[in-house]
Amino acid sequence: MDLKVIVNEERCKSCGLCVNICPKHVLRISDKINSKGYYPVELFDNENCISCGFCYLVCPDMAIAEVKKPEFVK
Amino acid sequence: MKTIYKVPSAITSRDTTYCPGCTHGVAHRIVAELLDETGLTKKTVIVWPVGCSVFGYYFIGTDALIAAHGRACAMATGIKRVHPESFVMTYQGDGDLASIGIAETVHAAARGENITTVFINNGNYGMTGGQMSPTTLIGQVTTTSPYGRKPELNGFPLHVPEMLATMDGPAYIARGALDNPQHINQAKKFIQKAFTAQQKRLGYSLVELVSTCPTNWKMTPVESIERVKREVLPIFPLGEFRAVKGVE
Repeated sequence: MDLKVIVNEERCKSCGLCVNICPKHVLRISDKINSKGYYPVELFDNENCISCGFCYLVCPDMAIAEVKKPEFVK
Repeated sequence: MKTIYKVPSAITSRDTTYCPGCTHGVAHRIVAELLDETGLTKKTVIVWPVGCSVFGYYFIGTDALIAAHGRACAMATGIKRVHPESFVMTYQGDGDLASIGIAETVHAAARGENITTVFINNGNYGMTGGQMSPTTLIGQVTTTSPYGRKPELNGFPLHVPEMLATMDGPAYIARGALDNPQHINQAKKFIQKAFTAQQKRLGYSLVELVSTCPTNWKMTPVESIERVKREVLPIFPLGEFRAVKGVE
């Protein structure tokens, strides 16, 4: 299954605002390091993400590139 | 999978130069989303201020100019009068708009110029190292008020929207905040109405956005968001202060 939150890791400055606001606590600061020297955020629990988009709304660096919602077929 | 949010196309691929957690980027994103939605990107001229957002033309891909310190509204007046078909907005901080540029702002509002101002209020001069600005709160420690701002020495914080709302020239005056998703969506609606006011040629429109400055407040981004809720919003209440008929 595709990731519901797509992170542009090069833009992330690891401010932690999305991690703070996430109602389901599915985001975290990763161990990777980007070219600016920050630890970018990652979605570690795709199953429990509810696609609310709060991370996108509060992100000051447009690092949350896209938020997707699964379409349920009847 | 259906996309519900995507970075607007008016945002360029260049990374912002703001500190981690600075809400300037959120304001940029809101403006870019509205330019995308209204299809105004190609005919917009944004007048950028002096301050942290001076390089804003790198991040929002519209035509742009940088005014001398505080003179964005004066420059925007000229652009709008020469090119009435273009959409002209200024993007200013509190040191720029409320301090050195207060004369230009007040008179642009009094003349009812058809321009839109997005006013970022973070309570200090961010780019030069956190000096006291007109919107610094009473008791707030900055580099030029090391014992906290005192009313008998430094006066009181300036409430720009409340002041401009008493005039006849402005069509739309509001204050939003960028501290949580609810306030961010509300702020987007305010800016949308301000854009409508200009498109309908109703007069001057200004939206103040209560913002954060984690670096100069000497806080983490999350602490600075909490400070906005705890200390700043009781002093700077949110809402619409003036909306003439026709703005919706």
